[in-house]
Amino acid sequence: MEAGLLTGLVVFVLASFVGFEVINKVPPTLHTPLMSGANAISGISVVGALLIAGVPEWNLTTILGLIAIVLATVNVVGGFLVTDRMLQMFKKKEIA
Amino acid sequence: MSNNLLTVAYIAASALFILSLGGLSNQESARRGNLFGIIGMAIALIATALSAQVTGYVTLAGAIVPGAIIGSILAARVAMTSMPELVAILHSFVGLAAVLVGFSNYLQPESGLVGAEATIHEIEIFVGVFIGAVTFTGSIIAFGKLSAIIGSKPLTLPARHLLNIAMLVGSVYLGWQFMGAENGLQPLLIMTGIACLLGIHLVMAIGGADMPVVISMLNSYSGWAAAAAGFMLSNDVLIITGALVGSSGAILSYIMCAAMNRSFISVILGGFGEGSNKSAATGEKKSYGEATITNVEETVELLNDAKSVVIVPGYGMAVAQAQHMVSDVTKILRKRGKEVRFGIHPVAGRMPGHMNVLLAEANVPYDIVLEMDEINEDLSDTDVVLVVGANDTVNPSALDDPDSPIAGMPVMEVWNSQNVVVMKRSLGIGYAGVDNPLFYNDNTQMLLGDAKTNVSAILTELSASESKKELVAA
Repeated sequence: MEAGLLTGLVVFVLASFVGFEVINKVPPTLHTPLMSGANAISGISVVGALLIAGVPEWNLTTILGLIAIVLATVNVVGGFLVTDRMLQMFKKKEIA
Repeated sequence: MSNNLLTVAYIAASALFILSLGGLSNQESARRGNLFGIIGMAIALIATALSAQVTGYVTLAGAIVPGAIIGSILAARVAMTSMPELVAILHSFVGLAAVLVGFSNYLQPESGLVGAEATIHEIEIFVGVFIGAVTFTGSIIAFGKLSAIIGSKPLTLPARHLLNIAMLVGSVYLGWQFMGAENGLQPLLIMTGIACLLGIHLVMAIGGADMPVVISMLNSYSGWAAAAAGFMLSNDVLIITGALVGSSGAILSYIMCAAMNRSFISVILGGFGEGSNKSAATGEKKSYGEATITNVEETVELLNDAKSVVIVPGYGMAVAQAQHMVSDVTKILRKRGKEVRFGIHPVAGRMPGHMNVLLAEANVPYDIVLEMDEINEDLSDTDVVLVVGANDTVNPSALDDPDSPIAGMPVMEVWNSQNVVVMKRSLGIGYAGVDNPLFYNDNTQMLLGDAKTNVSAILTELSASESKKELVAA
């Protein structure tokens, strides 16, 4: 097996475990912000799209990459902002 | 930027993402957690933009700026009741982005990978595109169902399991064709089509009230899709982040399934509610007696006499947009020294935590919003339970009737309280297609009609009786 794939798999499995450990503690109240936050983070595919579309020439590859950048950016920006908007609303004290 | 620096930046970003998800596990630290996520994303983006591979800045800006604008508008405009729709459509974007990254990665002239390396790379692309395509169309269907563009009834085609298996087998076969082919584009495209159909069919078969599971599942898929893109590009930050999101979505799906006492497989295979409809049609209709119908005045009287009140909201509250009225009623009752709390069933609403967000939006302090397990024991000491637009989550037959389709599902035991007032549009059955014996209990009263109209009438009545009291006191 290719060494790169092997390291990738190790990283993947370890990160999955970290994910399980971290999320297990999230109270149900925060499930929706958690999901939109996770959604924003999964917009990290924008990095992959950047690497593909970052070359100066124009062809089908870069165009597909650019569309992917637009989609992933909507995700990142929209996801983080809406999470923040929701979290702002969670207050302990009643406001008269 | 050198490759070493890039690696350091990616490690920092990954660590920040972990801190971000960890921060979201507590109300106090949640906003900081979100901030960590933003910083992590900024570091990853800037580092990538500065790497030697990326040079075409003008075109990149041309793609990022409109994306950011659309994202901000969506985030600023969306109503809290529509959060599930927003999350679903955002998932579809992640899926489509993964498909596009996969395709462009395949079309890019590869830097001389041969033999096993080339094969592995092709598998990575194939799997990535497959997951991306299923996520893409599945999320679009979920969006359609949530925004009522598509009916929320499960679509149960004959031999639908066989159909799914056939589509899976077909995709594997195409993968075989794809590998080592001179022109692999054709099998890749056909597989993408099949995966799209699979995504549509999978979600079409799942009914509206199972949406919390579907949304979490698609959340998980969108993570796996990002991870697959990471394998394609040998990019660790994508693999780590994808795995984090994927496992967090998987956990949420598991929590949702446990809350319905159903296995993940049975939810995913869909078609819930179908069997029970049949038995209801053929079997004898059980007679539970007469339901007591009440009106707003009597409900207000009950509330006035009560010392402790528990409000159990359900999807009906979200549909009627009644959360602000409910919050106002809560305020008045609390001002009069009554103990008012909320009891939230884990799958109330259309996504995990949906009710909590709505109540937070309506300014209900989160320390009086309790989970089902926290409040079930206290319900027997409660004077009045107000059920606002919930049905299956307060159905006693889940505990009493082993033949019920929802048997074994943990429910809010509202019938233990002194009085239950159920606000509902009609006496009809809920999503699960099961009659609810709660409605016919002696201590249950039905307040039929639109939840918003009724709650607002209660509010008016309550404030009127308040000013009367003040007059008497004066």
